Amino acid sequence: MSGISQEDVAHLANLARINIPANELGHYAKQLDAILNAVAEVSSLDTSNVAAMSHPIPMTNVFREDIPGVSLTAEQALSGAPAVEDERFRVPRILDEE
Amino acid sequence: MAEATMNYDEAISKFDPVLGLEVHVELGTHTKMFCGCSTVFGAAPNTHVCPVCLGLPGALPTLNKIGVESAIRIGLALNCEIAQWCRFARKNYFYPDMPKNFQTSQYDEPIAFEGYLDVDIETDEGQKTFRVPIERAHMEEDTGKNSHVGGATGRIHGADYSLVDYNRAGIPLIEIVTKPITGTGKYAPEVAKAYVAALRDILRGLGVSDVKMEQGSLRCDVNLSLRDTPESKLGTRSETKNVNSLRSVERAVRYEVTRHAARLAAGDTVIQETRHWHEDTGISTSGRTKSDAEDYRYFPEPDLLPIAPSREWVEELRATIPENPAVRRARLVADWGLSQIDMNTVVNSGALDLIVDAVDAGVEPAAARKWWTGELSRIANDRAIELEDMPVTPADLKRLEELISTGALNDKLARQALEGVIAGEGDIDTIVKSRGLAVVSDDGPLLAAIDDALAADPAVAETIKSGKLAAAGSVVGAVMKATRGQADAARVRELLFEKLGVSE
Repeated sequence: MSGISQEDVAHLANLARINIPANELGHYAKQLDAILNAVAEVSSLDTSNVAAMSHPIPMTNVFREDIPGVSLTAEQALSGAPAVEDERFRVPRILDEE
Repeated sequence: MAEATMNYDEAISKFDPVLGLEVHVELGTHTKMFCGCSTVFGAAPNTHVCPVCLGLPGALPTLNKIGVESAIRIGLALNCEIAQWCRFARKNYFYPDMPKNFQTSQYDEPIAFEGYLDVDIETDEGQKTFRVPIERAHMEEDTGKNSHVGGATGRIHGADYSLVDYNRAGIPLIEIVTKPITGTGKYAPEVAKAYVAALRDILRGLGVSDVKMEQGSLRCDVNLSLRDTPESKLGTRSETKNVNSLRSVERAVRYEVTRHAARLAAGDTVIQETRHWHEDTGISTSGRTKSDAEDYRYFPEPDLLPIAPSREWVEELRATIPENPAVRRARLVADWGLSQIDMNTVVNSGALDLIVDAVDAGVEPAAARKWWTGELSRIANDRAIELEDMPVTPADLKRLEELISTGALNDKLARQALEGVIAGEGDIDTIVKSRGLAVVSDDGPLLAAIDDALAADPAVAETIKSGKLAAAGSVVGAVMKATRGQADAARVRELLFEKLGVSE
């Protein structure tokens, strides 16, 4: 049951901003396929009486009161930034020239 | 560059418009949706940030209770159902203003869904109510703010690089999405504007947001498509962003109708794309195309537990929902005996709540309306302050009206007393005393002033005696002036006629 094509891998890599050389797409397609197949073994079980689960903790409505806490200083916030200007994070050009 | 457009009336005669509106409202909570950073507007850059809203590794979100309550209250006010159980989801994409590389939002489990909002618009056949169907209202978070450096315009196009301030990142947003709004015909622009205005009124009434469109706490995206007839299937839509005033909502709909119509009439297709509205030029320009169907890979947010609002909690919140503003206005029109036009004047002046407060304090509706839409509006306008910031209390107006009705003050003196209140000189009684404001009720000084006035203008007495009673106005005016406005004009008139032996 093969589901992952090289095109899928290229698409996902693009979405995830991962640069995968064309000659490695087949390699990852095979790996991802193996992973999916392994996980798919779950579907051999009868889960008709089991509710789908997204959270392992059976709790709901966990809230925080709307009271301000401690924030970082700008200096702390920016300390790990590769580039800073004017107390702001400096990022490369967002849109390419058209 | 501006695209071709077709005359609006012609466009509407050829096509049927279908609207969709997405409104983002920034909640007025003290803290962000998922962390305790302050939401106060205008702080120094990157000072309202923490590991959660900066998306630092390992940081865990915690959910703001007031944010959730506000979402439920908004849903209830929009006649929505409230989910029994719902989750947050991650909407994955990369953009510098979003440091986590995903937006915490809701996907297929919005907290509120299936509502509606009735809006009134003026049509050729008089006032008509349109029901705007609401698909959902869901919780999410705002992004940071980019500023673009380099290039000619300060815009993203042509910029050399950008600077990001994350103070806004994580501020609670509620996104309210309509279903396709059909059946508006040529009134699509008016319905769109009326909907956003009504929504703004409701949100303001709920106290969940300051709903300032110009500051971005209420933002509107306009979706529009045209189809040949109301029976045709929906056409391709454009999504116009950055529509940040009520007037722009109306204009953007109108513009897109004319633009789509020109394309369709020329045999072109409408491109499904995001467009940017330009308030200054009144046109939209193409942003990114959505051909590369968005692939956000939504999945349930593992770091936040589901929300399961109990029905008791929902009913508790429902009890806090104020009367729908439109319903309230209709009720007040009846209670106060106003025309719809009078009510529109009141609403547009921003005085409605102030008048209601005064009436609640015992002031006659007509008097409360006269003061707030007249003298007080004029003063507020002259001094460029908001009407609601005027330091005039309902008790002040009540006392003022009492003094007028007993004849202790006339209209002119009452206005002087109000000026005193606004100048911070104290309450009405204090000012009446300190400024010596009192109608002169003793006839002696009035008669003396009348004699003076007649002496100054000997011809006027004869004129009045000859039957031209209107000439009395100049005498009364002179007496009012001589008494610095403190005479009772009606009494002066009476005394004058008595003296000259004429009767009205």
